[in-house]
Amino acid sequence: MTTTLPTTTAFGTSRTRVEGREKVTGAARYTGDIPLTGLAHGSLVLSTIARGRIRAIDDAAVRAMPGVLAALHHLNAPRVDGDYASLMGMAPDPTVRAFQDDRVPHWGWPVALVVAETPEQARAGADALVVEYAAEAHDTAFSAERADAYGVDGVVPATLAKGDEDAGLAASAVVVDASYTTPEEHHNPMEPHAATAYWQDGRLEVLDSNQGASWVAEDLAKAFGLAPGLVRVRSEHVGGGFGSKGVRVHQIAAVMAATELRRPVRVAMTRRQMFSLAGYRSPTAQRVRLGADPDGRLRVLSHGSVSQTSSVYEFVEPAAAAGRVLYDADAHRTSARVVRLDVPTPTSMRAPGMAPGSFALESALDELAERCGTDPVALRLRNEPAAGPLSGLPFAGRNLLACFEEGARRFGWADRDPRPRVRREGRWLLGTGTAAATFHAFAVPSTAAVTAWADGTFTVRIAAADIGTGSRTALQIVAADALRVAPEQVDVRIGDSAFGPAWLAGGSAGTSSWAWAITPAAEELRERLALGADIPADGLTVRSDSTAALAGQEPAERHSYGAQFAEVAVDPGTGEVRVRRMLGMFAAGRIVNPLTARNQLVGGMVWGVSMALHEEAVRDRASGALVGADLAGYHVASHADVAHIEADWVDDPMPGDPIGIKGVGEIGVVGAAAAIANAVWHATGVRHRQLPIRPDRVIAGESPDA
Amino acid sequence: MKEFSYRRATDVEGAVALLDADPGARFLGGGTNLVDLMKAGVESPERLVDIRELPLDGIEVTGDGGLRIGATVTNSDLAAHPEVRRRYAALSQAVLAGASGQLRNMATVGGNLLQRTRCGYFTDISSPCNKREPGSGCPAVEGEHRNAAILGASGHCVAVHPSDMGVALAAFDAVVSYRTQEGEGELALADFYLPVGDTPHRETALPPGALITAVTLPPAPVRSRYRKVRERASYAFAIGSVAAALDVRDGVVQDVRLAYGAVASRPWRARAAEAALLGAPAAAASFAAAADAELAAAVPLADNAYKVTLLRNLTIAVLTELQQEGTAR
Repeated sequence: MTTTLPTTTAFGTSRTRVEGREKVTGAARYTGDIPLTGLAHGSLVLSTIARGRIRAIDDAAVRAMPGVLAALHHLNAPRVDGDYASLMGMAPDPTVRAFQDDRVPHWGWPVALVVAETPEQARAGADALVVEYAAEAHDTAFSAERADAYGVDGVVPATLAKGDEDAGLAASAVVVDASYTTPEEHHNPMEPHAATAYWQDGRLEVLDSNQGASWVAEDLAKAFGLAPGLVRVRSEHVGGGFGSKGVRVHQIAAVMAATELRRPVRVAMTRRQMFSLAGYRSPTAQRVRLGADPDGRLRVLSHGSVSQTSSVYEFVEPAAAAGRVLYDADAHRTSARVVRLDVPTPTSMRAPGMAPGSFALESALDELAERCGTDPVALRLRNEPAAGPLSGLPFAGRNLLACFEEGARRFGWADRDPRPRVRREGRWLLGTGTAAATFHAFAVPSTAAVTAWADGTFTVRIAAADIGTGSRTALQIVAADALRVAPEQVDVRIGDSAFGPAWLAGGSAGTSSWAWAITPAAEELRERLALGADIPADGLTVRSDSTAALAGQEPAERHSYGAQFAEVAVDPGTGEVRVRRMLGMFAAGRIVNPLTARNQLVGGMVWGVSMALHEEAVRDRASGALVGADLAGYHVASHADVAHIEADWVDDPMPGDPIGIKGVGEIGVVGAAAAIANAVWHATGVRHRQLPIRPDRVIAGESPDA
Repeated sequence: MKEFSYRRATDVEGAVALLDADPGARFLGGGTNLVDLMKAGVESPERLVDIRELPLDGIEVTGDGGLRIGATVTNSDLAAHPEVRRRYAALSQAVLAGASGQLRNMATVGGNLLQRTRCGYFTDISSPCNKREPGSGCPAVEGEHRNAAILGASGHCVAVHPSDMGVALAAFDAVVSYRTQEGEGELALADFYLPVGDTPHRETALPPGALITAVTLPPAPVRSRYRKVRERASYAFAIGSVAAALDVRDGVVQDVRLAYGAVASRPWRARAAEAALLGAPAAAASFAAAADAELAAAVPLADNAYKVTLLRNLTIAVLTELQQEGTAR
């Protein structure tokens, strides 16, 4: 065999996406684009009440419509088991149990699927289906004052506490006690959720847009009572996920219809349906109490958060968790409570917990800096903990201070006049602000296979997902370096559950988890080739499973960090807020591919601009429905809202990781909204504790007595 | 989506004949609003008559020094036209403040005047809406109404007209020409939109089956400006806007045109403000008094009182800018 040893490693060099050309020329096929012979199309029907029962569904007229093949609903749909243990032992999204009974737990609950020969006929049938409801009084009123909010452990414990909060506050020279809110926010990837299901040779084949093919395959097997090997899920290209693309009603409905009709069926959500079916970030109501010595050293850190969940699922937005990592205090209390409402079920959305939680905590830190007369950067440096504030565990690679020091230098922070509302440029008031960021770094057991071919090329197979982040390209670099070959010699195949179990593109742990599996397989293969192993015609394959290696990790506080800086301009007369520039300095492990990593970090920061200034889903209390549930009504930052945004990183090799990496998917959004809100205070002298910082809120802040 | 028939007209008479005043038929211009509404099920016409090939895409200077703008002139062409930019700057600025480049390349002048409100209850067919379904109710009054009207609304509908272009046209005393099977007609923009009252579904005074053929602008003060405030920097509808033209001699207002956007069911000509300004000193105090005179009639709802402050501030800011621009020359 001929192996070319590269003179330098690919790691850390900017490489364009392997599939970039396919994507920009339209050759890359997404789930909804893949043609199949005999394909039928399903259109979902969603409830138009917020709570109650289905009294009757009259589908006779719809079944008689041109091209309509079937109407599935609770009276005739196949049974599914929705009580199985999904990812990390958690219950699956409740829409997995669609069409199983007559209960309607929220507006936009899936009540039927109309299947037809064409998408237009299916849509017409769905629009025409008459569903009669027995509506019941509903409650969608989220607020901090809900007496029925209760503590519940989510992916992290609900409450962690030490020390005496009241005594600490009494002994503190400076106290900040402030309440913050963030609204209901939605992740709407460019590519809507879509799945095509069909049976082939007694096996269920599903083409799907998701964040983890093996996860979806395992769940579908459990839901439909099939042997695990009988379900194969493929998702080669995915146009964004952000936490929303797991197992949801579209796959379930497609499998039901394909099973009933014995032909391929595709179900795609409409944009408007995504606002009810794809999950979202719960609104939060947070209260932060900080007690400090005159120099800003914290005695008390108390952070409580309330979020909402549906009546059919307990999802907790762990917004108070950031303080468990960032700062120590003698009295330290972080807690999360939820209130059950007649609303769709929230889910993980980019930087779950940390995105809204950092807004409250890092705004409160800025308020403390103001009260103490301490520079906000100096305040963070002063409160840097030596070990995990609650765990006592050592930090594995904590470079937050380096982020602040380098970020402050590049941003020109030293020249900042701390006084608010003293800089003016025409009609604009100018200000700058900063905030810390953190997000957990971890890896989850995964399997991979690496094959050497006689022509000197290699194939990596792993059920990873590239949801637009460039993970396919990153894995090519990782594999090439472990094999000590050029990246061009390595073909990375992902998005296929047949490749075995693997972690999903989520938790900022995709690339790290997949690298833990790929690296040892590639290294072993290289050694065997170096020892002269023969390569048979069907290739020489080494398989790996990272379960044992990850179980052997020493306990530690493993996180990414960042320092966010923002400069804003505010017109106090019109309430317009413009972000003029942002700088994010991150400590996010060694960076595999600077081009796509920067893309992720800047993308997160842009999301932070959106979160600070624009994003907000509004629910009508009378109906329980969202108002303006489309991308005209739900604003995200436009190009004109995004000025100069720079993301960079400090050297931060992750101890214990085979290649020293952490993750870059989520850290970019953390702290960004707080940095902007703090800059708005610096510009105007007014604290904005409710997101988004809308023009009407800025105007109200200018005349607080009005 | 309902199936519909599609015909393309090549002349004005033919277009009007094809439509035949059929309430189930619609003229299709750029389609930037109508097609969206058809997808959402808000509009479900049985027939579309495509008017994009009609010879109505010209802009001419009129005998009295005004402008006549064809109904199918695209937003992009209108905004870029040298005469528009030179003599009706606020109109060019207003058009460029709307939508996106791609949409402006498609959207037409006639269609812009006839676009429908973006009220979230109107665009969601599962919601009640008196404008869409007369008598079904207006959930916005008690519900989400942060961008609702503060002037000229009624308990039946508080929706605002979404057009930026229309605000400038209102300031410039535009006249709308139309054609029906009976012949030609004209409506001053001031009379073009109907009061809301208890008939919010009846939006314009155009006779059934009428095709807008042109918009004519009389001569106007040369200094004009449009300022739009929205919840993001681009690609969003206004939450408040001002079109203004100002002529000042010896520090005294000789002529002024003022119109507000996103405050009413139509582009809102601020005549009370204009009356207060004529003959007054061109100074911030007069501008504030003028805004107050206009906004005295405002009836805000629970969550949109900020618009009163916003429009007051915008009026002062825009008139001050025009005043300073004039002084600088």
